[in-house]
Amino acid sequence: MLIPHPLLGPRNAQEFTYLGDAQLLRRPDPQAPDAEAAFCDYVFQRSNPAGVHQELWFHEQGDRSWLVVTRNTVTHEILGAELACDVAKREGAQ
Amino acid sequence: MTFSGFKVIKEALTGHKGWGPLWRTPEPKAQYDVVIVGGGGHGLATAYYLAKVYGVTNVAVLEKGWIGSGNVGRNTTIIRSNYLLPGNQPFYEFSMKLWENLEQDTNFNSMVSQRGIINLFHSDGQRDAYRRRGNAMMLSGAGARLLSQADLRERAPFLNFDNARFPIKGGLMQERAGTARHDGVAWGYARGADMRGVDIIQNCEVTGFRMDAGRVTGVETTRGVIGAGKVGVAVAGNSGRVMAMAGRRLPIESQVLQAFVSEGLKPVIPGVITFGAGHFYISQSDKGGLVFGGDLDGYNSYAQRGGLPVVEDVLEGGMALMPMLGRARLLRNWGGIVDMSMDGSPIIDRTDIGDLYFNGAWNYGGFKATPASGYAFAHLLARDEPHETARAFRFDRFARGYVIDEKGVGAQPNLH
Repeated sequence: MLIPHPLLGPRNAQEFTYLGDAQLLRRPDPQAPDAEAAFCDYVFQRSNPAGVHQELWFHEQGDRSWLVVTRNTVTHEILGAELACDVAKREGAQ
Repeated sequence: MTFSGFKVIKEALTGHKGWGPLWRTPEPKAQYDVVIVGGGGHGLATAYYLAKVYGVTNVAVLEKGWIGSGNVGRNTTIIRSNYLLPGNQPFYEFSMKLWENLEQDTNFNSMVSQRGIINLFHSDGQRDAYRRRGNAMMLSGAGARLLSQADLRERAPFLNFDNARFPIKGGLMQERAGTARHDGVAWGYARGADMRGVDIIQNCEVTGFRMDAGRVTGVETTRGVIGAGKVGVAVAGNSGRVMAMAGRRLPIESQVLQAFVSEGLKPVIPGVITFGAGHFYISQSDKGGLVFGGDLDGYNSYAQRGGLPVVEDVLEGGMALMPMLGRARLLRNWGGIVDMSMDGSPIIDRTDIGDLYFNGAWNYGGFKATPASGYAFAHLLARDEPHETARAFRFDRFARGYVIDEKGVGAQPNLH
């Protein structure tokens, strides 16, 4: 698989380490009254879709950036990639 | 129809005209006491033990393809009970005991062959860890033996003992472990369940659940609505997909695991051998093919095929362990989708929806667990309480902090 790195262009997926569902960017509020249940959900539960999936890949043997890669889990087709920090900033701004 | 040596000889002499189909092809009824979603090894074993042990025979097994077309026909056929943790080991040992009597129990040749498994160790520290595991196995009655390098040189002289980086110092052996004919296991359970009145309905995909007041009352399928007193989901690999129809998320990622087989060779591998310094395991089938595998591809997938980097990685592991492997030709490789859970251990439990039960999260370990998984799931469906060997396999173990993490890597499914 080739991952279209937003800064470096297409890179071999072997240079990356896979972490999992990009929901891991959306850390719950530890001060919220339901924080315990929210963190349990955050750490352990996954949507695990068959189809389009947003996921975190770490460019370990490259520029060591975190990417949010949009990929189809049925065909392995990669539909796009963004820097995770850009995604986090955009979501934080909303 | 029962199988016997006499029957085989009689059929051989009369042109094999007396064999019939091993199970019926019934139309689905409108209502069953129990509907099992998934006609793989676990679903069929569940139906078999429900009918045989618990007397529940008004049962349907729904399979979207043909029975045994999923992971029960795609694995590397290893059976063993060499786990460490108390939540796991008694369960797998219960499974091993069921394997030992499976052929007599189902009257079907599952080709269970207790040729032994050897986990190699490559350092003093690893030897001590394996000694501890062997002690845990002996506590559960599974038996274990620590082999010295001299023992190993006798049993498996082809191993790369003097590898500069990972010399082989010895191994932990479970003599009762071995292999079985994976398709035969599915067929034996299907036939046994069918003979006791279970309807096996193939080409019948579940497309949704019927619910009423927080309870499940049936399933919607490509062959119409089927009512059910209870529904058991046993679709490991596709657990996320099926439980999403009930609006539930799971502590599971679906990932692809590859397996490999070489051309047929004369007997050379004496049992199952696993590499302790990389991830590689190998055995030899009765046809002579070397059957082996290694790591997951490591990302979410429902594709039933993996990538070449993992092929390379697995073959490198094999070459490091037994350089003679390089002289064999790789015949086929394929992928299966496995439920990788957040602690590497399975789930057999009720769900929070009434009358809906779940069996899945089998990680790498589904095939060897087939008999005990079916038995324990049948127990849960019939009695509404967990089987004594499967009490730890609950959904709420994550929230309660009672994870069963054999490798101690935490909530990272691709590392289990």
